[in-house]
Amino acid sequence: MSTGSLQTWAEGWLGNNDVRLLIALALAIGGLYALFSVVLGFQLNGTVNTLRRVAFLSAIYAMLALALNLQWGYAGLFNLGAAGFMAIGVYTMGILTAPVTASPPGFGLPLPVAIVGAILVTGIVGGLAALPAIRLRADYLAIVTVAFSEIVRLTLRAPEFANTRIAGVAFGTGGATGLSLPSNPIRILFYTDPAATAPAPNALGAAIFSAVEPLGIEQTLVIGWAYVVALCLCLGLLYWLMIRIGKSPFGRVLKSIREDQQVTQALGKDTRLFKIKTFALGCALMGLIAILWRLSGGYASPRMFKPIQTFYIFIALFIGGTGSPTGSIVGGALFASLLFEGPSFIRRVVAEYLQLSNAPDTLVGALAELGTLDITPLLAYSVQDVSISALRLMLLGIVLVYLMQRHPDGLLGHRKAIASSVALSQQATREDDNE
Amino acid sequence: MSKNAHSARNDQTQKGQQEQILKVENLRKTFGGITAVADVSFHVEKGSITGLIGPNGAGKSTTFDLITGVQRPDGGEVEFNDTEITGYRSDQVANQGLVRTFQIARELSEMTVLENLMLAPQNQAGEAVWRAVLPRARTQVVEQEKELREQAWEMLELFEIEHVAHESAGNLSGGQRKLLEMARVLMTDPEMVLLDEPLAGVNPTLEEKLIDRLHTLKEQGYTFLFVEHDMDVIMNNCDTVIVMHQGSVLTEGQPDAVKNNDKVLDAYLGEEVKI
Repeated sequence: MSTGSLQTWAEGWLGNNDVRLLIALALAIGGLYALFSVVLGFQLNGTVNTLRRVAFLSAIYAMLALALNLQWGYAGLFNLGAAGFMAIGVYTMGILTAPVTASPPGFGLPLPVAIVGAILVTGIVGGLAALPAIRLRADYLAIVTVAFSEIVRLTLRAPEFANTRIAGVAFGTGGATGLSLPSNPIRILFYTDPAATAPAPNALGAAIFSAVEPLGIEQTLVIGWAYVVALCLCLGLLYWLMIRIGKSPFGRVLKSIREDQQVTQALGKDTRLFKIKTFALGCALMGLIAILWRLSGGYASPRMFKPIQTFYIFIALFIGGTGSPTGSIVGGALFASLLFEGPSFIRRVVAEYLQLSNAPDTLVGALAELGTLDITPLLAYSVQDVSISALRLMLLGIVLVYLMQRHPDGLLGHRKAIASSVALSQQATREDDNE
Repeated sequence: MSKNAHSARNDQTQKGQQEQILKVENLRKTFGGITAVADVSFHVEKGSITGLIGPNGAGKSTTFDLITGVQRPDGGEVEFNDTEITGYRSDQVANQGLVRTFQIARELSEMTVLENLMLAPQNQAGEAVWRAVLPRARTQVVEQEKELREQAWEMLELFEIEHVAHESAGNLSGGQRKLLEMARVLMTDPEMVLLDEPLAGVNPTLEEKLIDRLHTLKEQGYTFLFVEHDMDVIMNNCDTVIVMHQGSVLTEGQPDAVKNNDKVLDAYLGEEVKI
């Protein structure tokens, strides 16, 4: 089979079936990381853990991209403050669940209640943050939201709020050291008393742990994978929700707001209300997704919510293509696996097989050596552990410039889903009449 | 004739025979030092086709903007169906049953023709996000969508653009866009439509069709106020003609009377006209 016909075949097989496309993508990413693991000589536990980490990040970024797509892709609301709303979600949940006796103290509420509370708070704050800017053009909303997210982050970091008492209620953000969060809730599936330090497994836990133990797979990894499976269910639910919204009359109004707000308004739609609702809903979802993200780690700190976090989500969205929910998942998965995690694995592979020394201290130093047509310093610099974030940023920049120039629509942004809850053909209308 | 010709006093005597659907009183708008609309007053009869004419810069489009809430007037009053709508937002004006088209057709180009039409109807159940999502509430949404779909197809047939139903609106020709915009506005189920140059850039065959539709719709009870530059079209199709010049109403009346008014001729020839 020639390359051309293979490509045609692949496009025909994948292009019209999103489920196939997503499964193929998951297999491809999984295969790539399995290969990395083999090259790096990982044990089975290490390999499975690598796959877990990539799957985890892919699911999180896919969900974040879906939420941002609701705001930017559907309604054209340029939310540059995603990180801030994520922080509000996580911190609200953390403060609501923290025991009254802990340091910093919290409200001691059960986790489900706290999650609902956090979603509401994030949604309301999102709606309020959008209120003054919503009547302005998209770029002003971007400025307001990016400033807002920094205010949130700096407030969470401020020592004044680390352990405070307002109106007789003691609580705190933990300041720069961060905030402890409840332990991974998925543990309840496997342990009789998940809160204990050395908990005893329940029947299901005992069965699974003893089954995988001979393979060298640790208990924490089983829990990690169970969490990823739960995340994928959440992702599926969110995806379904977004498709429903996109095809609803509500989604139709959003689509028209993105195109021409004045016309939409002239047709009798209160565009401000639609925008505020959409913004609040998107922010609430971001808060929830951030909770899902941090619950597996057990703690949160302000430095996780820098503006770069927002840009990561935007890049994921741009890769997949704005406006397409399938594109958001593809973009989120590709971003997390290739751009976010990829560089450090490539570094480790390079470091494993090339013995490089005398690495320059800075990226500038490494690049300067390129003038002498010697790429060894750059390579040596790149394979250092500390330089990964600089390299990742550079890679992100390159990908972004390339995308904007060559594929401004992203991978699936050219798709046009019809915003309607029913098929619109005349045929369908007539069949209805005949019923 | 001055604006006093249509004062409230006059209006009362006319009630009973002719119902005034739109009343504009002393409407005023200035941009910096320029007075775009200066004390404009006129009434539009229910079920009529009224023409609004005047040379470029006479303030016709601004008057439309002020009536439909795209811009806020600095003074004056707008009353529609005996409800004061001065200063309403444009969506509120549209919800009263008064909708407009734009001078340059503003189709939602990334959306298909059908989507454009399905967007327009007011108060759709599925515009509430929870109803669009929750399974039980959604059955109601789907039912309504089916009704709207049928209406949309009827509208496409009325304007004879059913062959482009699934096209992106951006791919339509200039004339088709005008038809689409008319169809979309009618999908909101209005009582009165303001048409800002609906025939600009439309070929003669299509123009005839559009005018034909206007008369059909008029018979169904719709009211139209439209801005047009083609004198023949105005004179042959309007019940009443309002002439604007330099931000004010110069004269209004039956097409024949307006045609023979010297001031109108002077205004169009660029002469200084005392109002």
